[in-house]
Order: sequence, then C-alpha cells, then structure tokens
Amino acid sequence: MNMNMNQTALKSHPQSAFDPASIRADFPILALRPNGKPLVYLDNAASSQMPQQVIDRLVRYQTSEHANIHRAVHTLSEIATAEYEEARRKLARFINAREEREVIFTSGTTDAINLAMHGFGRKFIGAGDEIILTTLEHHSNIVPWQMLAEEKGAKIRVVPINDAGELLIDEYEGLFSERTRLVGVTHVSNALGSVNPVKRMIAFAHARGVPVLVDGAQAAPHMQVDVQDLDCDFYAFSGHKLCGPTGIGVLYGKAAQLERMQPYKGGGDMILSVTFEKTTYNVIPQKFEAGTPPIAAAIGLGAAVDYLSAIGIDTIAAHEHALLAYAAAKLARMPGVRLIGTAADKAAVLSFALEGVHPHDVGTLLNQDGIAVRTGHHCAQPVMQRFKVPATTRASFAFYNTLAEVDALAAGIANVQKVFR
Amino acid sequence: MTGSNSLYQEVILDHNRKPRNYGTLEQVSHHANGHNPLCGDHLSLALNLDGERIAAIAFEGESCAICKASASMMTTNVKGKTRQEAETLVQEFRDMATGQLDTAKQAHHLGRLTVFAGVRDLPTRVKCAILPWHTLHAALHSVADTSTESESDPMHAPIGDA
Repeated sequence: MNMNMNQTALKSHPQSAFDPASIRADFPILALRPNGKPLVYLDNAASSQMPQQVIDRLVRYQTSEHANIHRAVHTLSEIATAEYEEARRKLARFINAREEREVIFTSGTTDAINLAMHGFGRKFIGAGDEIILTTLEHHSNIVPWQMLAEEKGAKIRVVPINDAGELLIDEYEGLFSERTRLVGVTHVSNALGSVNPVKRMIAFAHARGVPVLVDGAQAAPHMQVDVQDLDCDFYAFSGHKLCGPTGIGVLYGKAAQLERMQPYKGGGDMILSVTFEKTTYNVIPQKFEAGTPPIAAAIGLGAAVDYLSAIGIDTIAAHEHALLAYAAAKLARMPGVRLIGTAADKAAVLSFALEGVHPHDVGTLLNQDGIAVRTGHHCAQPVMQRFKVPATTRASFAFYNTLAEVDALAAGIANVQKVFR
Repeated sequence: MTGSNSLYQEVILDHNRKPRNYGTLEQVSHHANGHNPLCGDHLSLALNLDGERIAAIAFEGESCAICKASASMMTTNVKGKTRQEAETLVQEFRDMATGQLDTAKQAHHLGRLTVFAGVRDLPTRVKCAILPWHTLHAALHSVADTSTESESDPMHAPIGDA
C-alpha cells in the first residue's frame, strides 16, 4: 500500500481530496466482472471487501505462525499468542480503549451483543426492569433483549423516529424511569444511515445511572470511534465490515462492567482452575473467550485496522461523505426515486424506493449490470414498518467506491425504470 | 448468471403491468392468502369451482413483478382446467423453478409458463415465482393461509437476510 496516501495530491473530484484509484488495486475482488460488467460493489454495509494486505497477513499466519494460543510452551504457540494479543492491542488503539483487556474478541456484532445480554443482562436485569432500544436497531440489537425480557419479565421501551429517520431525543429522555436498567442504541442505522447522537444520549443515561450499549457495526468502518470520549459502557462491532475476515468481532466493555459480569460461554481458557466442586473463572478478557478463538481472523482484523488507519479514518469519512452527498443529490433529481432516510447526519448508506418497482426487481436488474446492492428489509423490520414499505433498495459505500460508480448506479436505476416503463 | 437476462421478458413485464384476472370474485368456493414474510409479498387468491373444474379465478395483492406476473399467467392457465390438471401444473411449475424439471428435455404441460425457467438461476427469487402456485395449491386444499416460510411449505428453505 502507498503509505503516503494522506499526502496524495491527486484529486479526482473537487468534493473529495482522496483518490480511491490509489488503493483500488489493493482489492483483488474489485477487478471481477460479474455478468460481463465491471463489478460495482455497493453492498458494503452488509460486508466490505478485503485488501491484499489482509489476505497476505492471513496467509502468513497460516503458513508460518499457526498454533493454539495461551497453552503450550513451544515456539509456534508463543508466536501465535503474541500475534493474537498484538491484534487485541491494535483494536484497543483503534477505538481508543483505555486498556487492552477491555477488548473481547467475539464472532461478530451479533455475538458481542449476545455476550452483553447473557453476561450483563441476565445478571443485572430482572422482572419489571426496563430496557430502552430505538426504532433504528438492527434485529441483532432487538432480539437478544426480547429473549431476555421474556425470560425475566422485563419490558422494552422503544425510542421513535421522525420522517427523516432521526431519533426523537425528547421522547428518548421521556422513556427513562426508575426501572431503566440499560440503553441499547445503534451508532449508525444500517437501513437508513442515520448517525445517532450517542454521546449526548449516553451522558443523559449516565446522569440517571443507566449503562449504555452502542451497536457500532455500521459506525466503526466510517468514522473515528473513541469509546472514552463517548463514555459508552459497551461498544460492539464486526470485523468483516472493516475489511477484515468474517467470524471475528469485538465487544468493548469498560473494565469495571466486564469484571462484574457473569461469563457467557463456559470452557477452556476462561477458567483459572476447575474441580468438580468449584471452578474459578479467569480474569478479563479471557473470562469471555472460552475455547480456541478465531486466531487467524483476529490477526487478520488487526491487519485490517492497520490498513484503514494508514489511509486515515478521517480521510475515509470525508471521501464517503462526498460519495453519499453526490449520490443523494443525483438520485433525488431522478423522477420516481424516493430516498428513505434523509437525516441531517448520515454515513455511507443510501436507501431508496422506485415508484412502481419492487426492490427485488430493482436488485435483480442492477445485478445484471454488475451492480451489487442490497434489497430487502435489512434486518430492520421496525424501520420498514415506520416508513410503510416492505423493503428498500440500499446502496452502501466504502472508501474504495468512486463517483463513477455512483454514476453507474444512477444509470442502472434509469435502466430499471426503462424496463418497467 | 444468465437467468436475470432471460427473466424480465416482455411477456412477464406485460403481465406485471396489466395483470389478468386481477380483483375479486362474486362467488367463491375456495380461497387462500399467500405470504412471503422475507420480502413482504402477499396475494389473495379466490376460485369458484364448478364440480371439479375451475370456472373462475381471481387474485389481488402486493408483490414484485415476478410474483405478480406468475400469478397473472397462472390464472389464465388454470381457468377452465380441472383440479387435477391444475395440481399437475403446480407440480411442474415448482419443479421447473427449482431446476428439477428441464423443460427443454422433459415432457410438461407448462406452455408459455416456461418464461419463468430463468428463476432457477436466481435462488433468492424462486419463491417469488412459486408463491402464487403455492397459494393455489393451498386454496384447492381449503387451507386459508399459507406462507413461504411455513413448516408445511415444500419449498421451505432459509434465505439469508442479514
């Protein structure tokens, strides 16, 4: 990778100082030609692509460093352990955690939220207690809490949104009661792209002694995340949306919270001693990492955040903002196109509906032109219900996308409209 | 990957634009509602049987073009046919859409319905094409509601929705 990218003078467009052409060659998959057309990959909110640097790191690990960790005294095990823990340090730095042990490796955001539900929720939330969630949550930040509420007899209160897809903060503040035990809020809506004012929401909750879990799956790839500045109690995100491998994610938790939580999964590595009479649990983070973790995936994620940091998250955010603004303005000018989610503060996601055309037909026809978008309810059915649509078409951007690809999307949409005329 | 190219043919687009037998019936002997919760497609199907023969059929609902055109062409194909003939078409249509019937090589009664053969290459769209047929099968068996995700659905298979 060109390590001088921050200083790259190339300017492909006046709105963006970053030229994606300088890094597109890092992503072998972007050279594919599905259906004989250049791939226009606009499904990054579902999963982003992996640069050669991360692929090479995975190959190097499997080729010359692999063994199980935290166990044997042999050289390979020591190397694997050191690299796995180095990845934890990289992730801690990436989100500015105070301590490395506050970073728990999970299999992804869903697993991270389930860890918080089992470890924190099942211990500290009981009958009659209340959990505040928002209309914008992904199913993965709804269903675990519903399971807990059903088990314990707790209640879920939901923060509504306005027609732009922004949380109604006055309503949020009005939902607190003496029984509120937790707030779960997404940093960025996966279906609409709305950026929620989580710092302010966390401060309000903390003033009432209520901890906050932030679902950062859609935020971590697109903006600087500083968990100390946010002061969140928990922050969950996935590796595969960050140019890393699947099967790896992170639950950040404040050390004081993690220490008072109960373990989630039982097994090896999460214990200090075991007899049939009594087991003593390990310290954090090992307490929450039972069994052999996805070592290669964690090391790959470490390489991915190195890659992103070298480009600069602020550079990435600025380029994606330029893409989003360009795309939103372009699609808004097209007759028959309705943008779903027009929050003042948005990140990297453009959801829309085409008059008279079902999103699944849009997706199939765009695919014919090599354009990969997501169609459906985006695992956010409450958002779809709020906007009274069964589904939307969603284009979601990464830093390697170009303004020319936005033009290709617009041309693809025009073609769909022509077919359905 | 050639399925989508052949799928949106003019005959399908025409039936989507101007669905035949769209609406309700005054006399209904059999009816069923079909629903695909994964994409929100839903349709309501009404039939009036004269003995074993489908004397009248109508549908209405909200769905993608593939589902609507499939429903429209289904109604024109089964009207006037016996219950048994309709069931044969249900089976053959399902087999075609799931790639178990090669309409170019094997005998069938599908006629122009073979325009839907392309869905076999688009696993996420197979259910769109099959939903009307599935609903017809349910109506003929006096099952009022059916879903592409119900346990009894012969097409029941998870489709990723992350």
